[in-house]
Amino acid sequence: MPSTALADQPTRDIAPLVGEGALTRNALRPSGLGTLVMRLRHSPTASIGVVVLAVWVVCAVAWPLFAPFDPNQFHTEARLQAPSLRFWFGTDQFGRDIFSRVLAGSRDILVVAPLATLVGVVGGTCLGLVAGYYRGLVGEAVLRVMDAIMAFPIVPLTLLVVATLGPSLVNVILVIGLVFAPRVARVVYASVLSVRDLNYVAAARLRGEPGSYILFGEILPTITAPIVVEATVRVGYAVFTSATLSFLGLGVPPPAADWGLQIADARTFIQSAPWSVLFPAMAIASLVIAINLVSDGLQHEGAGD
Amino acid sequence: MSLGVFVVSELLPGDVAIFILGQQATPETLEVLRKQLGLNEPAPLRYVTWLLGFLRGDWGRSLALHVPVADLVLSRTANSFVLAGLALLVTVPVSIGLGLLAALRRGRLTDRAINLVGLSGLALPEFVSGVLLIVVFSLTLHIAPASAQIPIGASPLSVLPALILPALTLAVTLFAYIARMTRASAIEVLASDYVRTAVLKGLPTSAVIVRHVLRNALLPTVTVIGAQIGWLVGGLVVVEHLFGYPGLGDLLLFAALNKDVPLLEASVMVVASVYMLSNLGAELLFGVLNPRIRYA
Repeated sequence: MPSTALADQPTRDIAPLVGEGALTRNALRPSGLGTLVMRLRHSPTASIGVVVLAVWVVCAVAWPLFAPFDPNQFHTEARLQAPSLRFWFGTDQFGRDIFSRVLAGSRDILVVAPLATLVGVVGGTCLGLVAGYYRGLVGEAVLRVMDAIMAFPIVPLTLLVVATLGPSLVNVILVIGLVFAPRVARVVYASVLSVRDLNYVAAARLRGEPGSYILFGEILPTITAPIVVEATVRVGYAVFTSATLSFLGLGVPPPAADWGLQIADARTFIQSAPWSVLFPAMAIASLVIAINLVSDGLQHEGAGD
Repeated sequence: MSLGVFVVSELLPGDVAIFILGQQATPETLEVLRKQLGLNEPAPLRYVTWLLGFLRGDWGRSLALHVPVADLVLSRTANSFVLAGLALLVTVPVSIGLGLLAALRRGRLTDRAINLVGLSGLALPEFVSGVLLIVVFSLTLHIAPASAQIPIGASPLSVLPALILPALTLAVTLFAYIARMTRASAIEVLASDYVRTAVLKGLPTSAVIVRHVLRNALLPTVTVIGAQIGWLVGGLVVVEHLFGYPGLGDLLLFAALNKDVPLLEASVMVVASVYMLSNLGAELLFGVLNPRIRYA
């Protein structure tokens, strides 16, 4: 088997894996979160990302203050209207104001993506810690199950699971968490291997500390930096995946002002009313790129790349 | 794997019989239909019957479309192969070439530009880049049609212009993976001793690049292309849905949303087999390209 290491890699994950060497190196650095924040301040592209991200977070929290209309209000006299002074981004096939809907749509995705990431990161961290510290049978078993989940392409897997459980926000969060956990676990596993034989871990073991304390009290604090970086990368993928799921009709049900859903609903009108598709698409694009700029800044600035 | 497919479709909520006859069906008619469909048999027995039928080519009838599953799935698979093949045909040479170029001009403007295109292709969901491509190429420049719906019974090759944008959408993301991988491995090869030797012994630059750099830099790239087939399946679901193209991905989505169990089982089996075969193909090609590896 010449190429297993590469062939097993989930397709979407090439980017973070390219940086994986950097991650494990950083894990050995003495300082954790402080340096991460420092790196952000020194990178101009990351700062742009932070600003765009902040705008969307403000929208998600307080969109009713900025939205000129109720996002679900029908203006039947003004269907599929081009952008104008009254409707900044135009209206959709029901005469709903697209500007208000784009603002309102930020809330869904900014709730789902971080929560899904949290599920994946917490699950993946626990699995990675266990697999890395208890090598032997337990570790092997965990790793094999992870490999099995990762071997299946993401979209068909999420499609099957969401179709089985029924489409809802909670299920979307759980599914994304499920497909992310093994990928996070891999990063955590690599970091654990680099510290598990160090003296302070041995000291804790000799003191007779319980395994749970060694994992969460001794090992976890030293490997927070790579986990935080991995989490920011994952948030980007979570936005990506949840938007795709709602585009496919597997996310929130129709009346909701969700970006992916708006594109799916309006895509038949793309010839006559391109704005009804273009603005939600640009909203997704700006959010995903902003998150990527931030996580790229965290990974590379200061790492000398 | 076939077991996994079967278990998941067993777990799909909702009674198939109710789905077919509607909510108003009487308990008696429901019972008759369940008997007809063999739903009252124990699950393991049904699994064996289904698997044997599947291997013999009897894939059952679609519950929602009332047509034989085998014909439908196979014709849709052929459509998807045309689309995916077109995308690969365009992407592979272009991205290997540009990846190599980026490695040779490392750190210069060309490298940065290629990297930027690659990064945005990687970051955007396929349906977002698809929408942006439609707006640019179809609505603004009027070069290609925005929809890829093809008349029933027509061959996808007869409507080739309609395939331009869907294929391009797939190509953007594929390009990102392949070009980045080629660049990374080419940079590694360029730093190696044998390339230095080749340059120092006076080989012309083109010969060094083709015979030494490309040959070795292609190894990891081939693996990435093989691994991309899995992604391509997911990409096809999204792209076919966006453009209304009648392919396997769109069929898979339809089956999942409509709880069309026989259709879903057959589509997933086909997807999984294609996925495994393409990974196997990449491994074998790897062996051909890399004489250091011999399969026993």
